[in-house]
Amino acid sequence: MATESKTARALAETGERACWSCGAPRAAQFCSTCGKVQPPQSVDYFTFFGLPRKLNVDVPALQREFYELSRKLHPDLYGRTSKQEQEWSLEQSSLLNDAYRTLKDPIKRTEYLLRLEGVELEEQSKSATETARVTGEIKKQVVPPDLLEEVFELNMQLEELRMNRKMGEDDPALTGELEVHKTEFEKKYEVLTQELKQYWDQWDRVIDVDQEEKRRQVRDKMVDVLNRRNYIRNLVRDVNEALGS
Amino acid sequence: MSNQRIVGIDLGTTNSLVAFMQGDVPVVIPGDDGLNLVPSVVALDENDQIIIGNAARKYLIETPERAVYSIKRLMGRGIEDIREELKLFPFRLAEDLQPAEVLRIKLGDKTFTPPEISAFILRQLKRNAERFFAAPVTQAVITVPAYFNDAQRQATKDAGRIAGLEVLRLVNEPTAASLAFGLDQKQNGIVAVYDLGGGTFDISILKLHDGIFEVMATNGDTHLGGDDIDNLLITIALDDIQGDLGLDVRRNGEIVQTIRKSVIEAKIALSSELVVKLDIELPGGKRYQREITRQQFEALIRPILDRTIAPCKQVMKDAGVTPEQIEEVVLVGGSTRIPTVPALVKEMFRREPHTDLNPDEVVALGAAVQAHILSGGSEVTHNMLLLDVTPLSLGIEVAGGVTDKIILRNSTVPASSTQHYTTQVDGQVNVAVHVLQGERELAKDCRSLARFDLKGIPPMPAGLPRIEVKFLIDANGILHVSAREQRSGKEAEIEVQPSYGLTDEQVESMILESFDSAEEDFRQRQVIEARNEAETILSALEKSKKSPAWGQLTNGERKQIRKLEKALQDVKQQDDYQKIRKAIDVLNQGTMRLAELMMDTAVSTALKGKTMEQADMGESPETGHPVAKADFE
Repeated sequence: MATESKTARALAETGERACWSCGAPRAAQFCSTCGKVQPPQSVDYFTFFGLPRKLNVDVPALQREFYELSRKLHPDLYGRTSKQEQEWSLEQSSLLNDAYRTLKDPIKRTEYLLRLEGVELEEQSKSATETARVTGEIKKQVVPPDLLEEVFELNMQLEELRMNRKMGEDDPALTGELEVHKTEFEKKYEVLTQELKQYWDQWDRVIDVDQEEKRRQVRDKMVDVLNRRNYIRNLVRDVNEALGS
Repeated sequence: MSNQRIVGIDLGTTNSLVAFMQGDVPVVIPGDDGLNLVPSVVALDENDQIIIGNAARKYLIETPERAVYSIKRLMGRGIEDIREELKLFPFRLAEDLQPAEVLRIKLGDKTFTPPEISAFILRQLKRNAERFFAAPVTQAVITVPAYFNDAQRQATKDAGRIAGLEVLRLVNEPTAASLAFGLDQKQNGIVAVYDLGGGTFDISILKLHDGIFEVMATNGDTHLGGDDIDNLLITIALDDIQGDLGLDVRRNGEIVQTIRKSVIEAKIALSSELVVKLDIELPGGKRYQREITRQQFEALIRPILDRTIAPCKQVMKDAGVTPEQIEEVVLVGGSTRIPTVPALVKEMFRREPHTDLNPDEVVALGAAVQAHILSGGSEVTHNMLLLDVTPLSLGIEVAGGVTDKIILRNSTVPASSTQHYTTQVDGQVNVAVHVLQGERELAKDCRSLARFDLKGIPPMPAGLPRIEVKFLIDANGILHVSAREQRSGKEAEIEVQPSYGLTDEQVESMILESFDSAEEDFRQRQVIEARNEAETILSALEKSKKSPAWGQLTNGERKQIRKLEKALQDVKQQDDYQKIRKAIDVLNQGTMRLAELMMDTAVSTALKGKTMEQADMGESPETGHPVAKADFE
C-alpha cells in the first residue's frame, strides 16, 4: 500500500492487529469495538470482503456488505477527525470501492482472480488495438485457430465497407452480410459466456478440495475462453463501428 | 466539538446561493437586500471597489468593460478551450496572457483570474451567512456540475480558499439536489435528476436505499444551458437590427447588454405568456421592435434542448436502467421552467417529472444537507450517505499517443488505480507521465490534466526500476498522485504541473492579497482556527481522563494538567489567537507523559514521544510520510 504508515507496517510485521485507538482486537477495516477506521492493509479484493477466492459470488449479499462498510469507512464520516484518520478513511474507502466494482461484475471478477493466480491476460483492450494501429506494431493477440477463416472473411468485408464509404457508395448486400456475420458472432459470444459459467462452478469445486493440477487445468480453460470471448467482443464492436450503429 | 456552522453553497453560472440546516430543515440565507439569489455578477465601480450581485447588474449595461457574468464558464479552462465562448460572451482577456497561463479577465484596468472572480461571489455569500449568524463562517460545501473535470473542480476549490473558506467537500449539483429531494421524500428506488441551469447540463441516475444515495451514472455537458438560449436570441436580434435597420451594433457593449437584458426578460415571460414584445432603443433614435410567440420561441430553442437527449440516453445505458425502472425524475435549474423542458423530459423518461421543488434553490439546500452530514449530522441525517461517481474516465498516455484508461467513468469515488512504470534507457532517472481525462481513444482528444516527471529514480539498467504510481480520485472528484520505486524502496519525487490551473503558490499569494485588504478577516480566521484546535485538544484530554493512563499519573502531574487545562479554557474565550496558540502548546507539552502512557496501553511500544493531541489521533511517530505525496491542490 503506497501510503501505509510505519505504524501499520510495524503492526503487520509483528502480526499484531490490535486497534490503534482502543487496543481491542479488531476487524480488518475498522475496529469492531470502538468503530474507528484502521490503517489499510495490503490485501486482495476477496480478502478485503472476507470472501474465499471463488467465482460464484452472492452479489446481493456483497452489495449489503458494501453498503455496511461504506457506512463505516466513507470520508464523509471523518470530517471532524485527525488528518491521519481522514487519510486512512480515504484509502480504505477507495479500496472498498475498487474491490466492490471488481467483484460485483462476474467478468471483471474472473479476470481479477486469474491475475491473482499469476496469469497475464492477453491485451484485448481497445487501447491496445489503437496502439497497434498507431504504432504499426502487431498486437499481442492471437486469432483463435477455429475462427481464422471467418475472421479473415469478416476483415475483408469490413475493409470493403470502409472503402465504399470513402467513395461515398453504399452496398446493401455487403451491409446485410456483415449483419449476418455479426449475429453469428453474437451467438458464439453467448455460448462462450455460458461455457465460462461452467468453469466458475468447476473452479469453486476444485478450490474446496485443493487439487493443484485440476486447478491449473480449470484456470487455463478460463483464460482460453476469456481470450476468445474478448476477441469476439472486439470483432462485434468493430462491425458495429463500421456499420455506424 | 466546534459548534461552527458549515454552510452549503451553490456557486451557479447565473445565480449563487448559500444555505444551512436550521434544525431539521435546510434553508436559504438571504442577502441584505432580502433576496435569496445572489446574481453571479462582479463589477468594479469607478472607485475600483468590487461590487457583487444585484448591485453589480447595472454595471453590465452602464460600464460593460468593468463587469463580468457567467464566469463559471471559464473556471479551470485554458485559452484554447474558450475561443467559442469569446465569440458569444463579452469576456475581456488580459492582453499579455501567455498560452499556458491561467486566464485573466479585465475589469477596468485590473485583471483577475476566474477563481478570484468566483471568490468575490463566495465572499459575498460568506458575508451574508456571517451577518445572518452574527458569527464567522470559515467552512463550506460547494456544489459543482457533475460533469466538471478535475481542473474545473480544482479551480472551484481554489476559489473557496481565496475567499477564506475551507472547502470541506465539492458535491455534484444533481447529487446535492437528490439529497434535498430524498430528505423530503424518504423513499427507496431509482431517481433521475435532470439539471439544466444557466450554463451547464447534468443528468444523474441514483439509487436511493435506506439513506444511501448511490449515484449509478452521470452524464452531461458543461457548456449547455440558459446562456445558450440567451445567446441565440441575442444573435437573432443583432441580425434583425442589421438586416432591417442597417445598424451594426455588435461592437457596442452597452447595446448588446441592453439586448441581452431584454431577451432574458422575454425568455422568462414566455414561460407564462403566449406572446411577448421586444422593444429596444437604439442609437440614432431608432428602435428595434419585434413580437415573439411562445411557439416561435420553442421552435427556436428546440435544437438547444435536443442536445440534452444524447446524455440522457447514455446515462440510462451506463446505469443499466430503462425509463420504466426510474421512479421519479427531478427537475433542477432555472431553465427547467421553460414549459418545453418538462415536456421533453416526459417524452424521454415516459413519466411526469417531479416539479415540487424550487429549481433555483434545491441544489443549495442539498449542499446544506451535505454540510450537516459532514459536521456529524443529527437524527434526520445520521443515516444519510452519499456515494458519488467520477463523471469522466481517467487515463494515462501510452505509446503512440493512445489513452490507457485506468479508472473508468461512473466509478464510485474515492477510487484508485495503481500503475507500474519502468525506464527505457540505462541509467535513466526520470520518467514522464501524462494524465488525461475523457472518453476518447487518443490522448490528443482527451483533456490534459497534468504532466509530471517521476524523479530521483536510482540509476539502473533499462527496464529494471519498478515505479509504482498510485492514482487516487477523492470524494471531491479530484485526483491525487503518489509514487514509489519498489526495488530501491526509494520514494520517487513527483512534481505535478497542472495543465490548467493555479499553482499552490499562486493561490497562497491570492489569499494573502485578499487578506491585505481584509486584515480583520484574517485575524478572525486565526482566532477561529486556534479555538477549534483548542477544542480538539480539550475534548481529547477529557476523553483521556477516562483511560487507565490517567490513573497512572502522580497527583502532582494531574494537578499540573488541570491547571494548564483551565488556563487554555480561559484564554480560549479571548480574541487573541496568539495567546490561545501559546496555551495549546503549553498544554501539549504538559500532557506528553499522559500521551505516552496511553500509547503504551493501546499499541505498546510502536508509538512514542507523541504529544497529547497526536496520541488521541493515533499518528505515527515519524512526522515524515513514507511516501512523497503530491497532489493537485
